[in-house]
Amino acid sequence: MLDYEILRLIWWLLLGTLLIGFAIMDGFDLGAAMLLPFVARTDKERRIVLNSIGPVWEGNQVWLILGAGAIFAAWPTLYAVAFSGFYLAMFLALAALILRPVSFKFRSEIENPVWRTFWDFALFISGTVPALIFGVAVGNALRGVPFRFDDALHMTYEGDLLGLLNPFALLCGLVSCAMIVMHGGTYLALKADQPVAGRAANWARGAALILLALFIAGGLYAKFGVEGYRITSDLPHDGPSNPLLKTVARGEGALLSNFVAYPWMLIAPALVFIGALSARVFLAARRGWLAFTASAAALLGVIATAGLSAFPFLLPSSLDPNASLTVWDSSSSRSTLLFMLIAVVVFLPIVLAYTAFVYRVLRGRVTMAYVEDNSATLY
Amino acid sequence: MSTAMDVVQLSRLQFGLTAMYHFLFVPLTLGLSILLGIMESVYVMTGKEVWRQATKFWGVLFGINFAMGVATGITMEFQFGMNWAYYSHYVGDIFGAPLAIEGLMAFFLEATFVGLFFFGWDRLSKETHLGVTWLVAIGSNLSALWILIANGWMLNPVGAHFNPDTMRMEVTDFGAIIFNIVAQEKFVHTVSAGYVTGAMFVASVSAIYLLLGKHIEIARRSMTVALSFGLASALSVVVLGDASGYTATENQRMKIASVEAMWETEPPPAAFTVFGLPNQATHRTDDALRIPWVLGLITTHSLDEKVPGITELVQRNEDHILSGLLAYSALEKLRADRNDANARAQLDQYMSDIGFALLLKQFRPDIENATDAEITKAAWGTVPDVALLFWAFRIMVGLGFFFILLFGFAFYLISIGCLLRVRWLLWVLAFALPLPWIAAESGWIVAEVGRQPWVVEGVLPTFLAVSGISTSNVLVTLFGFIGFYTALLLVDIFLMIKAIRLGPGHNVPQPRARELPAASGAE
Repeated sequence: MLDYEILRLIWWLLLGTLLIGFAIMDGFDLGAAMLLPFVARTDKERRIVLNSIGPVWEGNQVWLILGAGAIFAAWPTLYAVAFSGFYLAMFLALAALILRPVSFKFRSEIENPVWRTFWDFALFISGTVPALIFGVAVGNALRGVPFRFDDALHMTYEGDLLGLLNPFALLCGLVSCAMIVMHGGTYLALKADQPVAGRAANWARGAALILLALFIAGGLYAKFGVEGYRITSDLPHDGPSNPLLKTVARGEGALLSNFVAYPWMLIAPALVFIGALSARVFLAARRGWLAFTASAAALLGVIATAGLSAFPFLLPSSLDPNASLTVWDSSSSRSTLLFMLIAVVVFLPIVLAYTAFVYRVLRGRVTMAYVEDNSATLY
Repeated sequence: MSTAMDVVQLSRLQFGLTAMYHFLFVPLTLGLSILLGIMESVYVMTGKEVWRQATKFWGVLFGINFAMGVATGITMEFQFGMNWAYYSHYVGDIFGAPLAIEGLMAFFLEATFVGLFFFGWDRLSKETHLGVTWLVAIGSNLSALWILIANGWMLNPVGAHFNPDTMRMEVTDFGAIIFNIVAQEKFVHTVSAGYVTGAMFVASVSAIYLLLGKHIEIARRSMTVALSFGLASALSVVVLGDASGYTATENQRMKIASVEAMWETEPPPAAFTVFGLPNQATHRTDDALRIPWVLGLITTHSLDEKVPGITELVQRNEDHILSGLLAYSALEKLRADRNDANARAQLDQYMSDIGFALLLKQFRPDIENATDAEITKAAWGTVPDVALLFWAFRIMVGLGFFFILLFGFAFYLISIGCLLRVRWLLWVLAFALPLPWIAAESGWIVAEVGRQPWVVEGVLPTFLAVSGISTSNVLVTLFGFIGFYTALLLVDIFLMIKAIRLGPGHNVPQPRARELPAASGAE
């Protein structure tokens, strides 16, 4: 039977899977929104962009909602500390995410150039802000954030919004933006009509290079500029979920120590390079699906790199390292992890099956003629 | 302590406002999705184009509303962690699961297929598109089911226990959480209220068209569907909103006593107060107009069972606080020495009341030393705002009966073919448009204000549940939400009215629509 340790490990993998699912599925919607002002000049071109993502972004966004729900259910302490600690940043991300659905709907209801330009700008913001903030949040999670617990596990957070905007976290935010632009670009190259597709491919090729440059910079920064954390006491992998039962020390270079101890983990950063470079090659060769797949692989690589370098930490505390949240002491109870695992095993394949059905129905490019002929029913 | 209380009050205000705002859109999504399914089913069965036009027209309004519902729903999920961090830690083991399953089982379904509903008309066969429409409706309703399982647990926290090793509540029985009687009754009651809202929306807009003599064919058919569906739903919402769930727990009993402003226990069967002026300070209800027997009958379904009054429940809660203190002191001993067997036995014995002891934390951190006066004050603090509950409940119930009469009478007239001639009734239908929303929001006030001072009844007081964040941060987001949401609501209503004015038929393909000039910022 699945013991507590294995369940925690599975849920760590599932957390990664859901975040990667969000990045791959909703990432191209966010990226397309970010590219909207740059790849589409006329209203019709913009409507090509919007209708490329229009029928699917709503379903894709559920990856984020499910991701947050899964953190709540499987890692409640992480959910409590991260969401309240990053309070104002979360509010900004939330405002941007609220803006997105209404921008889609509201834009298309009125044919007025000023109105539409306004909502186009809102869409650009609604793609850029979450991409940036989620990257910044991951950067801070790697560095550690200033929180502590009292002995009833009441959490106090002693940072503010400006504290989140440190150079390493901003670098991570830019990595996130670059990968989302690359991904949105490959999607539009695959899905949109010319000339939008060609411009999007160029943007994606450029973003792939920028992503690699920023990713290397992030790695160097992590090696020389970020103190990692390591557990210095005994921490049973099946013990109670109470983050106050261990000791943790800070250490230079500890953030990359997993890659030294377990060289196979280098697959993750390698995947970023392989994915981004092959996306460039496939875009040049006009192999849209391969380029999109390669871009998705690069996203997987970026997120896996972050997760593996932190493991077993989920959210270290810079204020009181002993209070850091790890895979082994901030999960739900064994029953909840097992119950939720069963729910995922039953429902996630069904979700993937009907998602595939929807994409099959909607296959093919969004053409100029299509948006012209359906100006009243489409976005 | 005052800033901490400010954070509590502001966080409550923000959660209450954003939740009530979210619930402007949810009931319409619930009701309209089913009505779209019904209308499109008629189209597929009869093949009459007018039904397809009707489905598409109401679909446009559904789409505007759906976008707002989705957008404001994300706020709700994020806010538990943002503003209620201790709550999230303390009960996340239980409360997180239904939220995650909602995403997995329901929201994915709804959100994935809603795109095909709008974009799939020409890509799918009639039958497949109908299937897509019904999947959206099923997804919406399943979504409500899981959210109300989560919410029902806050009202009746079954299937969980306190774990002293992790200092939080943990699951003992998922079956009890899912089949929680309070959650199941709330689900039926809430989705029925959503159906009433959807039906009233379609009936009111159709009434306006009929009064103006526009779009008669679609309006007449939509009206028939809306009135029959509305009548069934209005009956369901009243009959199944029946108060039997209120006897499930001590705190639910407190809620019913407060709703009735019944300060003292009466000999059974208790009387029902139709009108009165509840006074929280004197513990009396002035100028009360009372009907004998009715309250006892509707809450206990018997003539000889007592309905406890507020004063009696307060006394019982005082006892709960005292035994909660025994559990609390045992917990303190256990944390000093994890192997103290006596302390563990004492904790196990009084565990279920430990939440009541936490009520004293509003007065002092060292609650073992609480005075008798503080304990009495904490016990009286378990009485929610009686006057607010009293009136919110009466508004909800009054409107509920009005909906039955209105739908019933209009349905009778349309089935004998003369509704269109009774113009005053069409006017009533048109002006009744906002009433289901008022009823639904009043219902939430009864449910959630009636839960106070608890965030999870008998388990965790609301004032302990907040995040350790600053007052200024909460103020920023509170005003941010108010400003942002107000602007969005204005645009939303403007677009709804515009779509209604354009009416059905606007949303058919118009080949070669005129070119729109390039937007200025596009270089």
